[in-house]
Amino acid sequence: MSERKIRAIVAKPGLDGHDRGAKVVARALRDAGMEVIYTGLRQTPEMIAEAALQEDADVVGLSVLSGAHMALVPRVLELLKANGQEHVKVFVGGIIPDEDAPQLKKMGVAGIYGPGTLTDEIVRDIRAAVLGA
Amino acid sequence: MIDINTILSGNRLALSRLLTQIENDTPEGRAALNDLFPHTGNAHLIGVTGAPGTGKSSLVNRLAYFYRHSLQGQEAKRVAVVAVDPSSPFTGGAVLGDRVRMKDLAGDAGVFIRSMASRGSLGGLATATAGMVQAFDAAGFEIILIETVGAGQAEVDIARLAHTTLVVEAPGLGDDIQAIKAGILEIADILVINKADRPGVENTERALKGMLNLAHPVQRVFQHHGQFMDVEPAVLTESAPMWLPPIQKTVATEGSGITELGSEIERHRLHLQSSGDWERRERARLETELHQLLQSTLVSRWQAGVSENQYQQVFKQLADRQISPRQAVKELLNGGFPK
Repeated sequence: MSERKIRAIVAKPGLDGHDRGAKVVARALRDAGMEVIYTGLRQTPEMIAEAALQEDADVVGLSVLSGAHMALVPRVLELLKANGQEHVKVFVGGIIPDEDAPQLKKMGVAGIYGPGTLTDEIVRDIRAAVLGA
Repeated sequence: MIDINTILSGNRLALSRLLTQIENDTPEGRAALNDLFPHTGNAHLIGVTGAPGTGKSSLVNRLAYFYRHSLQGQEAKRVAVVAVDPSSPFTGGAVLGDRVRMKDLAGDAGVFIRSMASRGSLGGLATATAGMVQAFDAAGFEIILIETVGAGQAEVDIARLAHTTLVVEAPGLGDDIQAIKAGILEIADILVINKADRPGVENTERALKGMLNLAHPVQRVFQHHGQFMDVEPAVLTESAPMWLPPIQKTVATEGSGITELGSEIERHRLHLQSSGDWERRERARLETELHQLLQSTLVSRWQAGVSENQYQQVFKQLADRQISPRQAVKELLNGGFPK
């Protein structure tokens, strides 16, 4: 039996239309052997939680550059929990001010990544969070 | 153990987890499929295949929406979508992007979309696709749309799985020589020319029509992985004439041609049922599945009986060209197969 496949949703909640970063991450996770479900732009938290449910995701990666992360991210966490998927690890990337990071982590976000992050670091963190390595 | 009552009663999280078990071919997944099997056989399986970029996902989106909202005088049907995209042959990873085109279906509890990676399978589907489809069937989804990986010419596994196969073409992709080649066009029950608002659509239509007019009316006997599948020929009668694949033009992004496509699919279903082809296809599908399972089970049973050392010894002889591949097989079967 080969190593368990990690299934990751990569989504862009909210209204900003810049998906370059999300695509770079999606590609990096693919190259790390994960199965990445790319859901595209302008997703509502409801759509993201629904995708995580139908795809039995291990990980949800959210890319937010609009500044609306303090509204969008908690809503996604809440919906995942309501669906019985509190085990899903949520990672956030984009423009997240340092002062918001502790609060997001307290809500249950597993990792936060800003511009300049090495994709290797994201891959390593996801593997550790999901496989407990 | 998976409690199959959770699946039969429509628990979405339980279904989703079961699909993962099936995909990973775990003992739990296999046991659940055994228990669910008597509950299958009710869904209409519709395959959607065609070259990359012809608009398969957009078409699936529209078709699913059609079955949810536009069935006149009928109750909306529950729709499952299984969308397969390719795995990387190098890393085993995949980017599954079919959901991007299926946003219109979000928030509808009567729809369930599952993306799958092909995981090394070459026929346009993944090994576990058939099992996933069975799970959806048992869970009460009446329409199951199966989208293959972007297919070239020879990825024809979908015709073995689906009752109705749509082959999606788009203008500008090939000339009339492409249209007479063997392979994917032959498996179409319905030919769809998507992006029909693009220039060149009349050429595509002419080439496909020409191909259909040349066709000699033979009953389909599928060739599968080098084996011809025996399907007894249908008796053609007045009431059940030969099915001639219609050509339907659509513009999936705008939704035009979808209602007409929906009625062609329904016409095909009625044809299958009145001609007895529905039954024949079911039997042929189950027989293929039996063959494949027998093969993989025999291989793993043999592997359990042969030691790594034995295998390496024989392989070394082969690598040194002392024995041929066939002789190596004979050697390994003699040694390894428990009588």
